[in-house]
Amino acid sequence: MTAPQAIALQVNGERVEAHVLPRINLADFLREHLKLTGTHVGCEHGVCGACTVRVNGEIVRSCLMLAVQANEAVVETIEGLSDSGEISDLQEAFRARNALQCGYCTPAMLITAQELLKVEAEPDRDQIREHLSGNYCRCTGYQAIVDAVEATAKARKNKAPRNRDAGRAP
Amino acid sequence: MNRPEGKTLSELDRPNSYIGKTVPRPNLDRLLQGRGLYVSDIELPRMAHVVFVRSPHAHARVISIDTQGAKKKPGVVAVVTGEELAAVITPWVGVLSHMKGLKSAPQRAIATERVCWQGEAVVAVVASSRAAAEDAADCVTVEYEELEPVTDMRTALDPATPVIHASLGDNLAFERTFEAGAVDAAFAEADEVAEAEFVFGRHTGVTLEPRSVVADWNAAEERLTIYQGTQAPHMVQNIAALHLGLEEAQVRVVCKDVGGSFGIKVHIYADEMATYALSKHLKRPIKYVADRIESFNTDIHARDHRCKARIGVKRDGTITAFEIDDLTGIGPYSMYPRTSAIEANQVVNLVGGPYVTPNYRARARVVFQNKNVMCQYRAVGHPIACSITEGLVDLAAGRIGMDPVEIRRRNLFADDAYPCASAAGLRFELLSHHASLDRLLKMMNYDALRAEQAALRAKNIHRGIGIASFIEVTNPSAAFYGVGGAKISSQDGVAIRLDAQGAVVCQTSITEQGQGSESLTAQIVGSVLGVSMEKVRVILGDTDQTPYGGGTWASRGAGIGGEAALQAAKILRKNILDVAAAILQSTPAELDIANNAVVNANDGSPRIELRELARIVYFRPDTLPPGIQPELMATRHYVPRQYPFAFTNGVQASWLEVDTDTGFVKLLKHWVVEDCGTIINPQLVDEQIRGGVVQGLGAALFEKCIYDERGQLTNANMADYLVPMSGEMPDIDVGHVVSPTSESELGAKGAGEAGTAGAAAAVANAVNDALKPFGAVITEIPLTPQLILTALKRI
Repeated sequence: MTAPQAIALQVNGERVEAHVLPRINLADFLREHLKLTGTHVGCEHGVCGACTVRVNGEIVRSCLMLAVQANEAVVETIEGLSDSGEISDLQEAFRARNALQCGYCTPAMLITAQELLKVEAEPDRDQIREHLSGNYCRCTGYQAIVDAVEATAKARKNKAPRNRDAGRAP
Repeated sequence: MNRPEGKTLSELDRPNSYIGKTVPRPNLDRLLQGRGLYVSDIELPRMAHVVFVRSPHAHARVISIDTQGAKKKPGVVAVVTGEELAAVITPWVGVLSHMKGLKSAPQRAIATERVCWQGEAVVAVVASSRAAAEDAADCVTVEYEELEPVTDMRTALDPATPVIHASLGDNLAFERTFEAGAVDAAFAEADEVAEAEFVFGRHTGVTLEPRSVVADWNAAEERLTIYQGTQAPHMVQNIAALHLGLEEAQVRVVCKDVGGSFGIKVHIYADEMATYALSKHLKRPIKYVADRIESFNTDIHARDHRCKARIGVKRDGTITAFEIDDLTGIGPYSMYPRTSAIEANQVVNLVGGPYVTPNYRARARVVFQNKNVMCQYRAVGHPIACSITEGLVDLAAGRIGMDPVEIRRRNLFADDAYPCASAAGLRFELLSHHASLDRLLKMMNYDALRAEQAALRAKNIHRGIGIASFIEVTNPSAAFYGVGGAKISSQDGVAIRLDAQGAVVCQTSITEQGQGSESLTAQIVGSVLGVSMEKVRVILGDTDQTPYGGGTWASRGAGIGGEAALQAAKILRKNILDVAAAILQSTPAELDIANNAVVNANDGSPRIELRELARIVYFRPDTLPPGIQPELMATRHYVPRQYPFAFTNGVQASWLEVDTDTGFVKLLKHWVVEDCGTIINPQLVDEQIRGGVVQGLGAALFEKCIYDERGQLTNANMADYLVPMSGEMPDIDVGHVVSPTSESELGAKGAGEAGTAGAAAAVANAVNDALKPFGAVITEIPLTPQLILTALKRI
């Protein structure tokens, strides 16, 4: 089975149809076919976390998933999450706290942090560190990232008493 | 900002100054939204991709190469051997004339008759996609005759060991000896002499974005554009031109976003050279992106040292002498163009650096081996020198039963001793060891922590406190590379102009890899000019657009590039005020610039917006008085001349717990006090330090490239080579003492290496402190559970 396969999926709210080689992983499909270069490739073996995207609402490492497996799936990348405003407060907290230096891990770090904040309204620092522990950052030493996530959680809690509203843009 | 008493107010003390203020870096949204442009993102028309067939052997003769099968694969553009590429690009030898006696052998972009480490490129396969190139690479057949590899640095110089490069005569790349004071007498008069062998794991930078390059030779223009994540664009320009037989004017280097560098991307690698040459050879853009295995096998490694060291101490705590005998293995070649002798040389320079003892003897030997090349990585030599020095000081303190803080107090250079020089001859303009140590003790509440430690020991909980003082080389002058003949600039330039709407465009030769070069430049320019930061656009990383300069490495961006920005902004400010005076029929002395407008100097009342001034200058120069030719652009360059390096200092402390059953170390807290002179943006400095500390913590506990006896790297992936992740890292408190350098008006020194310099030493001292009740002493990193349990005689 090496011939291109037809796939159809939703990416950042847009319907995408493509013919892809079965061996193409989702990260390469997003970057090379759809030119969504905000999804970064760091290790290509599922350790560094830089290629994290959302598939059907769950975060996945797009280097460990084949594009054909995303057939009929709903995929969200950093470009989509930025445009929708879903994580604008988190992005602003990262900016204010300088929780990024080179920025290569940042899109995936934001997506991973947002997942935590959706399920845990008030994570403590250890929980934040634990949740982000699959995303490698060589620049910051992590503390600024933990601070930014913690600050966002607090701000969301103060803004919206209900946990469910927390994901909305401020 | 603390300035020395008596120093007059400068350009930096203006009311609207951004200096010393935490402001967010400009243009971060680009990176936060995934809209950056890293080299791995770049695509050009007709671009092809190269992958390299790499040697599976550490040392072998290449008998034959069969590329026929690969050439027939779909999408293949070319399959190129080292012999074929040798017609396009010349070999190089990584030596510098001021590293006396340093030798190396010619290295080629692609190996020809012989491979000297596992991972050296043998054949380049170019195809329409990376996947197609990888498919074809599998069809290249290379026949090798294995040669005996040299892997153990300890036996590399033995007569029985094969010589890697016969033309060099032996495997010794470089040796330096040094002696100051009366060392033998000093050891003789010591009450105690402590000695140990310090062993450091070979580790590497693991930038999250692998090394990447797109080379685009335009045969019609006869010009090569290189898109590369590099710290030193002009150096790349020079080297590429030199080896491709081009003028520098024929090479443009463009550096957009860089996914981490840390010194990994300040060198020029053989596969990058091959990519430049392939583009010229094939007359089309060629892209090379290392995969992670290639990164581990070919990104420079660092810190693989074994150092026998001793210290003499008197009963009263006076350190009488230091002595070291350092050995390091650098792989088969000295790296180009910065050489692989610098790290060992730095170790000789830096050992004992914080302390007053004038008696010091050192030998460092650098040997070749059949492993990946070693070269400069963040904090070059500092972590080794600091671990040796601070490890010895703690051993000495233990021998005489003195508290580790007290022995440091008695031996650190006094804060009023400056200017002065270390035993190794390093000249210090102004350091603050004692003020920094005092600050640190306050931050960590040292006495309370000691009490807590003692209380927990009674409960069989073993916690340790480790202290490490350090010095850091920053703001390097030409003494680093230029004097040795390398075309690596030590000066930097900044050009600033006022645009037609009164905004500012600033071109600087320093580069950005996330440290905040863009921010500090905009902060300085905004402060001096009196314009708001968001009106300052900073352009960097393009040899066609920026002044000539060194780039960002060795903690030089703020101190050197920042001063150039300051001086250029002063000239532009003067030029603006000259024009404003003519327009307003005033004098420059009566005017100032604040909040994007020319104002009265005495009361700050606005006179003319910069936007309006620019409109007049650019579109209605006819209305200006006769004889006025406005110059709304200014350029200045800067390089330190009085001191070869602006030394900084600092001190770190680690608080950790050792599980004596499992050997695991839990980092509980880390503190740093450092003194980088004038602080431009406190947040950026603190984050540089935190990031640097965590790199040092990785070295202390996890990171090691593990080679087997055949020279095979056995953990070349991110699952087996452990890096620090958020879960294991502690919070890090950072404090400052501010001793500006008087050599520049800005007064800034560097901060990029400080964290990495002392972190591992602090952790090692803390582990030994925790193990004190067991009588175990470990002088090796990484401090793995196995190492700790062995020291505890549990395994």
